[in-house]
Amino acid sequence: MTISASRKDLASAAMFLAIGSYFTLEALNYDIGTPFRMGPGFMPVALGGVLIVLGLIVALTAFRGPDTDEPTPFPWRGLVLILGTIVFFGATIRGLGFIPVVFLSALATAFSSRANNPIAAVIIAVSLCALCLLIFVVGLGLLVPWFGPWLRF
Amino acid sequence: MDLIASLGLGFSVALDPVNIFYCFLGVLLGTLVGVLPGIGPTATIAMLLPITFTLSPATALIMLAGIYYGAQYGGSTTAILINLPGESSSAVTAIDGYQMARQGRAGPALATAALGSFFAGTVATLLLAYFAPPLARAALNFGAPEYFSLIVLGLLVSIALAHGSILKALAMIVVGLLLGMVGQDIYTGQPRFTFGFRELFGGLNFVSVAVGVFGVAEILRNLENEKTREVMVKTVKNLWLTKDDFRRIVGPVVRGTAIGSLLGVLPGGGHILSSFASYSAEKRLSKHPEEFGKGAIEGVAGPESANNAAAQASFIPLMTLGIPAHPVMALMVGAFILQGITPGPNVINEQPALFWGIIASMWIGNILLVVLNLPLIGLWVKMLTIPYRILFPAIVMFACIGCYSINQNIFDVYAIAIFGLLGYLLIRFGCEPAPLLLGFVLGPLLEEHLRRAMIISRGDPMIFLERPISATLLGFAVLAVVIAVLPSIRKKRDQVFVEED
Repeated sequence: MTISASRKDLASAAMFLAIGSYFTLEALNYDIGTPFRMGPGFMPVALGGVLIVLGLIVALTAFRGPDTDEPTPFPWRGLVLILGTIVFFGATIRGLGFIPVVFLSALATAFSSRANNPIAAVIIAVSLCALCLLIFVVGLGLLVPWFGPWLRF
Repeated sequence: MDLIASLGLGFSVALDPVNIFYCFLGVLLGTLVGVLPGIGPTATIAMLLPITFTLSPATALIMLAGIYYGAQYGGSTTAILINLPGESSSAVTAIDGYQMARQGRAGPALATAALGSFFAGTVATLLLAYFAPPLARAALNFGAPEYFSLIVLGLLVSIALAHGSILKALAMIVVGLLLGMVGQDIYTGQPRFTFGFRELFGGLNFVSVAVGVFGVAEILRNLENEKTREVMVKTVKNLWLTKDDFRRIVGPVVRGTAIGSLLGVLPGGGHILSSFASYSAEKRLSKHPEEFGKGAIEGVAGPESANNAAAQASFIPLMTLGIPAHPVMALMVGAFILQGITPGPNVINEQPALFWGIIASMWIGNILLVVLNLPLIGLWVKMLTIPYRILFPAIVMFACIGCYSINQNIFDVYAIAIFGLLGYLLIRFGCEPAPLLLGFVLGPLLEEHLRRAMIISRGDPMIFLERPISATLLGFAVLAVVIAVLPSIRKKRDQVFVEED
C-alpha cells in the first residue's frame, strides 16, 4: 500500500464510526426527551455522537505514520471453524441433543489448530464430550436431552 | 469492638466445610488458569458463573473470589518459570524472577512470591474488614449525582491504566456503554437496538460478552501464530530461603503491601500499576540497584506482595459501593446480581454473613494458596507443559455450554461468536478489551443515575458540580485524564508497557 498511515488506527476508526453511526441513527427513532426527562434515545444519541467524534480523531491520528510492526496473518481456519462451531452449537443444541452437538463442536474446534492431527482431535472430542456431560448434565442438572428430537426415528 | 464479632461471624461462614471446599476449588482453578496459557481469570469467572448459580450466594462468591486471587498467584509461577506472565500484573515479577530461575534459584523465587503474597493478602484482608464498614456507611448518603460521578471516575481512571492509545481506550468505553444500552429502556420499557428480537429485550447477556471478548478473542489471537512454550525449569528443588534472603525480602514485602493496598482501591487495574510502582520503589531504595533485572530477590518480593494486596483491596469499592474496579470485579457484580443481591452499601447490613464470610474466606484462601503452591509446585510445572491445542477446544465448549445453561437462550450462544469476532478485530487493531467490558457493565448504571439526577435537578446539569462529593469525584476524574495525557507520564507509561512486552 502506498498510503503512509497506520492501518490499525484506520481500521479501528472505521469500526468506531460504524458502531457509533448505527447506534446514533437507530436511537434517533426513539424519543429523545428533554434534559429534565430524558427519553430512551437521549443517552444512545449522545454516546453515539461521542463515539463518532472519537472515531474521527483516531482516523486523524492514523496519519502520524504507518504501523511499525508487520501485520500477522489472519487465522482464517481458526476464525471460520471456531465461530462456525459456536453458531452451530446454538443452532442445533435443542434439536440434536447434548452428546452429538458437543462431540461435533469439539471435533471442529480441535481441527482449527494445525497442531492437531485427526486422531488427536477425536480423542479430544470424546474426552471433552464425557467431561462436559458429567459436569453440566449429570453434575449441574442442565435440562437438555442427551440425544435430541431430530435423532428420534 | 464489633470488628472482632463481625470477623467471628465471617469465619463461621468461611469455615463451613462446604465453603472451604468451594474456596479450595476456586483457588485451585484460579491457580490453574493463572498457570495455563491463553485463558485468564476474566474468561474463567465468566464461564463458571452459570455453574455457581446453583450454589448459595456466599459459597458462589467465595469460589469466584478464590479464582481471582488464585489466578494472580498462578500468574507469578509462569512468570518465574518460563518468563511468560500469566497475568499482566505479574509482568514485573518475570523480570527478576526468571533471572533467578535461570540461576537455579527458582525455588527461593517461588517461595518469596508465596510468602510475600500471603503476608500482603493477610494485611489487605484486614484493611478491607476495617475500612469497608465506614465506607459503606458513607456511601449510604450517596445520591444519584454522586453515583454518576463515581462511575465516570471509575471509567476514566481505567483508561489511564490501559495499554496503548488513550483515545482508543476512551472509544472502547463508549462502545461498551452503548452495548449496555441494548434492551428495554428502564423508564419507558421501549426496546432499544434489539432488531426486533424478543430475546434481546433483557439486554445482551454479559457472560456472553465477557466470554467472547476475553475468551474466544484470545483464542483467535493465539491461533495467529501457534508456538510451543519452552519450559526450562523441569524440577524445582530447594524451596527454602536462606537467612540472608529473609532479611532482604522483609522490607520489600512490607512496602509492596502498603503500595498495593493503596493503589488497589483505585478503579481500573490498580494491581498492574501497584506492581510497577513497587518495583521502581525497590530499585530506587536498593543499595545495589544494578542487581535489578539480573535476579534480585527484592524485585520479586515487592511487586508480588503489591499485586496481591491490590487484588484484595480491589474488593473494597465493589463491596462498599457496588462499583467494580476492573473487569473481574465487573463479573463479580454480575455474580451478585445472578444471586439476587444488588452489590452496594446495603450488602453489609442486609447480608452480614455473606459480606464477612467473603472477607474471612479470602484469608483462608490465602493459606490454601500457600499450601497448594509450595509443596505441589511440581504439579504446576507439569501443567505448564499442557499443549494449547488441547486446551482451547475445552475453553470453547465450556463457553458455549455455560452460556446456554444460564437461560437456555440460544441467543446467548450466538452472542459469544459475535463478540468473539468483534473482540478479536479490536485487539488486532490495537484496542484493549478491558474498558469495553467495564463500560458495558457500568452503562446501565450510568444511564439510570444520570437520568435520576437530572430529574432531581429539573434538568440542570450544574447539580454535579454543586454537590461537593460529586464535584470532588469529577475533579479526580478530570485529573486522571490530564495525568494520563501529560507528556512526561505518557513516556514513563510507554516504557513500563514496553518492558511488559
